[in-house]
Amino acid sequence: MTVRDPGLTELKFRDPGRARALAGTLARVVGDIGRDRVSVMHVCGSHEQAIARFGLRAALPRTLDVIMGPGCPVCITDVPEVDEGVALARQGVRVATYGDMLKVPGTSMSLADAQAEGARVEVVYSVAQAVDAARRSDEPLVFFATGFETTAVATAAAVLQDPPPNFFVLSAHKYIPPVMEIVAEMPETRVEGFLAAGHAATITGWGVFEPLVARHRLPVVVAGFEPLDILAGLVKLAELIRDGRPSVENMFPRCVTKEGNLRAQERLWRVFRPIGGRWRGIAHVPNGNLRLRDEWAHLDARRQFDIDLHRLCDHAPPALVEACLCGDIMAGIKAPTDCGLFGRQCVPGAPVGACMVSSEGTCRIWYQYGGHPELGGYGAVCAR
Amino acid sequence: MCLGVPGKVIDVQGSVATVDFWGVRRQVRLDVVDEPVEPGDYILNHVGYAIRRIPTGEIEATLALYEELLARADADLMAADIRGEIQGVGDDRA
Repeated sequence: MTVRDPGLTELKFRDPGRARALAGTLARVVGDIGRDRVSVMHVCGSHEQAIARFGLRAALPRTLDVIMGPGCPVCITDVPEVDEGVALARQGVRVATYGDMLKVPGTSMSLADAQAEGARVEVVYSVAQAVDAARRSDEPLVFFATGFETTAVATAAAVLQDPPPNFFVLSAHKYIPPVMEIVAEMPETRVEGFLAAGHAATITGWGVFEPLVARHRLPVVVAGFEPLDILAGLVKLAELIRDGRPSVENMFPRCVTKEGNLRAQERLWRVFRPIGGRWRGIAHVPNGNLRLRDEWAHLDARRQFDIDLHRLCDHAPPALVEACLCGDIMAGIKAPTDCGLFGRQCVPGAPVGACMVSSEGTCRIWYQYGGHPELGGYGAVCAR
Repeated sequence: MCLGVPGKVIDVQGSVATVDFWGVRRQVRLDVVDEPVEPGDYILNHVGYAIRRIPTGEIEATLALYEELLARADADLMAADIRGEIQGVGDDRA
């Protein structure tokens, strides 16, 4: 059912000796905790890619569960937000967005479906391209802006670069720190600590996690994306759990400082304000959505267009959606393999849920690499 | 979107840099990077914007993951994401 690259076991690693040492330390520290199960969560699609890609779970102690939380920016874009983009496109407005967004299901259709019906939906790699495209024409162009802090700062910079008057922004940007609090507060949660994403923290700085740690007494470790970075981050997190010492530790100092990128933050908050809103499948997240401030109302697609969502509700959503576990998977309560659709009715070519659409979605990643690969590749190196 | 891609700065004109990503040259905006960027520096690019100047001495460690992945077949999900970033950065096709 799950397709795996047969070449995975041939992977080479920069420093197998260090990997073995880290895996050994991790086993010892998790052993010291002395419980049947210790669960930690990361909140980044790139972390999951690296963990699955390099077979890291095979090198982890059996009692340590590393769960992917709501870390896929495409997946957590809520259905009504996709609907807004689809409705605009079907109303004849040019819509530009990141390629990952095309197949994400809305209530009755995705942007790709709208495109197939003749709506003008264009893929861009950068908001800067959308601005350029608007400049070359007099027609209105709406940039459907998705993603976390790292892409939100790019949108903010574009807004501040004096875009042409026919350029508009439909912001579905999300801000990571508040959703970590929501996950920490979920009654079903087993999460005892977070591995925070290095590049989002490059923007926010690691200091942003201090209130979360103080409120929930859960440790947070900022980690990079190299397999060794992730292993080192997990060792530090396990030590903090073992010692009952909730604090923030920065294990990615080559990219992350306590204050973060102040210039980027200044631009981000000059353009956006945080408001509460739903994340697909998760919950209402206070301060989790980024919307344009009133000062930028003239380029806010929500305020400049009459977005008619009612017409989309004429079609009933496909029945399979009812069985989709995306929400529980993103909340870290279920794994893709708990879903009856995974790899059967739900595959990358015909995704039922958003988690199978994006290359950063948990289901898409597990579909390619498997979530618990056999001892091979990295695992073999570490277990030797 | 989260991983971004590092590249070497070739030229800087105002707030736009020409950056080399494994032989592919693209324009990257410097609006949000918080340190001065000069030719020869390495930056971390996210969707056409530099978000970080990579400190000298950290460059090798930063590039290692990418080089390992880029050596792999096209079918690889993570490598495809990185190639997409490399090919797409600052491209003016829309």
